[in-house]
Amino acid sequence: MRAVALSLKHELIGLAGVVERNVYLTRRYIYWDLAFFVWTVANTLTIVFIAEGIEATGGQIDVDRATTTLLIGAVVWAYLGIIFEFLTETVAWERWEGTIEYTFMAPLSRAMHLGGSGVFAVLYGLVRAILLFVVVAAFFGLAFDDANFAAALVILVVASISFFGIGMMTAVLPLISPEKGAQLGFVAQGMLLVVSGVYYPVDVLPEWMQWLAKISPATYALDGIRAAILDGASLGSLWHDIWPLLLIGAACIPLGLAIFNRGEVYAKRHGKLKRSG
Amino acid sequence: MKELSPVPPDALAVEARDLRKEFVRKDRKRGKRRVPALADVSLDIARGECIAILGQNGSGKSTLVRLLSTLLLPDGGSASVFGYDVVRDGKSVRRLVNRVSVEASFFKKMSPSENLHYAARFYGMTPSETTEQIPAILERVGFPPERRTEPMENLSRGMQQKVALARALLTSPVLLLLDEPTTGLDPRSKLEVQDFIREMRAVHDSTILLCTHDLNEAESLAERVGILDRGRLLALEPAGDLKARFGAETLEDAFFAATGRGFEDEEDEMDAEERKVLA
Repeated sequence: MRAVALSLKHELIGLAGVVERNVYLTRRYIYWDLAFFVWTVANTLTIVFIAEGIEATGGQIDVDRATTTLLIGAVVWAYLGIIFEFLTETVAWERWEGTIEYTFMAPLSRAMHLGGSGVFAVLYGLVRAILLFVVVAAFFGLAFDDANFAAALVILVVASISFFGIGMMTAVLPLISPEKGAQLGFVAQGMLLVVSGVYYPVDVLPEWMQWLAKISPATYALDGIRAAILDGASLGSLWHDIWPLLLIGAACIPLGLAIFNRGEVYAKRHGKLKRSG
Repeated sequence: MKELSPVPPDALAVEARDLRKEFVRKDRKRGKRRVPALADVSLDIARGECIAILGQNGSGKSTLVRLLSTLLLPDGGSASVFGYDVVRDGKSVRRLVNRVSVEASFFKKMSPSENLHYAARFYGMTPSETTEQIPAILERVGFPPERRTEPMENLSRGMQQKVALARALLTSPVLLLLDEPTTGLDPRSKLEVQDFIREMRAVHDSTILLCTHDLNEAESLAERVGILDRGRLLALEPAGDLKARFGAETLEDAFFAATGRGFEDEEDEMDAEERKVLA
């Protein structure tokens, strides 16, 4: 029993170490992160302006509601991008720095190693998502008198479990292909969001894509967050979005870990853990 | 606090039997082929011993080190570290082993202090433990205190290698794998690293596997010297016995006699791709 407790303590210290490392690196690269954030704001504005553009060209829409819907989609897209970026870079960045061999021969379980990246990605992503939302909402002068931001935040955190699991699956790609693997993480992000109705209701999609939407965690995340912010839905009333997220998350975590472990075995068999690939 | 895997008192530090590793490579000229990196290597290293492995570039030294540190999976044979199989008991092996390689493996934008704090967490060391131990360990390897917070990229190679040694010392490895740790260092830094290796053995009772191109280093540090050639271990014995066996006056002559090539000669028939694979 004592040995198990000691082992668990050791693993949690290792997980905290990965978070600690990312804090150090974020501090060192802070100006680059700020520049990237400015780009994200600009990119988000190009999407959110669409609502006003439709009205300006004669379309009949509730501009504020449409603007908020687009803003939610853009923020979730950016948030998911951060999760996938940090997890995919678990391998890619370590290879670039030359630390990949040292990290992979350390006595830390892969779950905790990836978990540390995931924890930091969620924390960093949440801060960034909130900032992005506030900045763009202020830009458009949006008011949220009835919004339930607490419920929206809970939905996003619950969805993060699934995003983390899927992120682990994409994290294996640089192990398989040192040259191109990291870029495929963005492909996964895009494909996930297009079937999830990131800027539109799912029922405008072709039927076969609507079936895919049912198993995408982003579908339920977007639906729940929109209801919370646009209509002030309570957490209790969002259970129809929460339970699928919990179910998908419970499946994605072990599946993501299993896929990453298989990728690690492949890399070790074929000598792909070297710094140069 | 570092949690070690229990070490059986009578276990060999390293036991390898018919260890084999091949890589599949494709090129237009020769198509798909299996390139042998290690071919039926068998060796024993006793606890507390220091052995040196000599070999040209591409001979398989780094492949051997990577297999023992669980970064590669063997294609045949077996290897164990203090009785733990490197494939089946990888996590237990990783608790006992550390490695210092020719390239400093650090996050370049982070300082030595930050890199060491991070590395120590992998071995279960708490912030209070690292805050106390890291300055002392850096002082012990001769790293100047005023440079502890500079980014690693601002440090010379010799300085970076001192931080690498500090990292190894921090984790108190029972088996230390040194893969050309002094290559590229100036003479003074080289001597400091060699003194450190002697200290690791004397004070920590570490078992050491040293891969090196430096014949003098091998002879002065190691109790036995091995010759690895094209993935095959041709010999592993005390330097004096090696020279006597081949009727050589120097270790270099013994290497030439064993392999048929000079130590500095590159493999003519091996192309750049194979050298990269086997390095």
